[in-house]
Amino acid sequence: MPDLLLRLGHRALNRMASLGRASMLWVASVFWLPKPADLYLVVRQIHNVGVLSLIIVMLSAFSIGAVLALQFYTQLARFGAQDAVGVGLAVVLLRELGPVITALLFAGRAGSAITAEIGLMKSTEQLTSMEMMGVDPLRRVVAPRLWAGFISLPLLTAIFNVVAIYGGVVVGIEWLGIERGAFWSGMTDVVEIWEDIGKGMLKSVFFAVVVTWIAVYQGYDTYPSAEGIGLATTRTVVYSSVMILALDFLLTLSMYGDF
Amino acid sequence: MRMRTVEISVGAFVLAGILALVFLVVRVSGINFEDSSTYSISARFDDVAGLKRRAKVSLAGVVIGRVSHIQVDTEYGEAVVHMEIERRAGPLSTDTGAQILTEGIIGSRYVSLLPGADEEVLDDGDEILDTQGALVLENLIGDLVTNLGS
Repeated sequence: MPDLLLRLGHRALNRMASLGRASMLWVASVFWLPKPADLYLVVRQIHNVGVLSLIIVMLSAFSIGAVLALQFYTQLARFGAQDAVGVGLAVVLLRELGPVITALLFAGRAGSAITAEIGLMKSTEQLTSMEMMGVDPLRRVVAPRLWAGFISLPLLTAIFNVVAIYGGVVVGIEWLGIERGAFWSGMTDVVEIWEDIGKGMLKSVFFAVVVTWIAVYQGYDTYPSAEGIGLATTRTVVYSSVMILALDFLLTLSMYGDF
Repeated sequence: MRMRTVEISVGAFVLAGILALVFLVVRVSGINFEDSSTYSISARFDDVAGLKRRAKVSLAGVVIGRVSHIQVDTEYGEAVVHMEIERRAGPLSTDTGAQILTEGIIGSRYVSLLPGADEEVLDDGDEILDTQGALVLENLIGDLVTNLGS
């Protein structure tokens, strides 16, 4: 029994220490704004995490928009309210599904890649050699990835929303024959710039911070072995997904919970 | 050469993201650049029965404003409803009436204005005096039961 308590305490202290290291890493690198000469590092990372995630984000967005329109239509048509498909689609996408699903895809596609890359750099002692050459790996490796994540995820979310609405238009208007005017005017009547679009984008900024932070930290803190990298990559995806969903609930509660 | 394609693709990506945002703002939220200035009027009701902030204010079925906030006056036991009315809807006369109606059977509550005939018009901060609160189903049934009983 005392042995169990000892191990429990040990684990708790380990978690605390790892949270502390993660916070120090974040503070040390996030306040480093890229100098104009180092901007190409950020551009290259935006390419890696943003541009390369574009296809998976757009494909998922299209199918999600299409399937939402289909589901809304079958339910709403029973009340003869199929014109409300546009409203339902836009509100659900802008407020919840857009930011959340884009962040989940981003964690799987880009977060895992960041972790594996930095983890391998650590395992092959590239980070240590950088330090020996007087190059700060936080500035050279970590900070550009953090900033690229902050920039890419909100942009991906906006693209996701547009493509998903287009998917809804294809299914709803072109296929199921909802009247085009009613679809769009219902949407524009209800959707508001700050309440729906602004808050949704704000959510994606929070998710961007959380996902890139977890990804970078897990890579930086990898146990330097092949197994360690695999474990760290898995952790990135699992932790990010759980954090995104938990954070989404808290954000929705504070943004829309009207009590 | 490699770096150049990266730069071009990142530029296109950022542009696409910004365009997507512009599309959302313009097409989906339907921002309008018309005169959107409003003025505030208030009305007292004996019962608003779940009227909510941001509920519609309509005149002859056309939405001309929104409920900005609702207070309760404990002294008189009345609800004070503040409304933002769009200026471009035109002036409302001082004897305009207000009643609380329900959209459909289970729809949300909204404020319906009844046109007045007075020459003077309502301005910012004025109050509508001729009001009729919401019909509460329980009260109606209660009245019916007492009437049947007598």
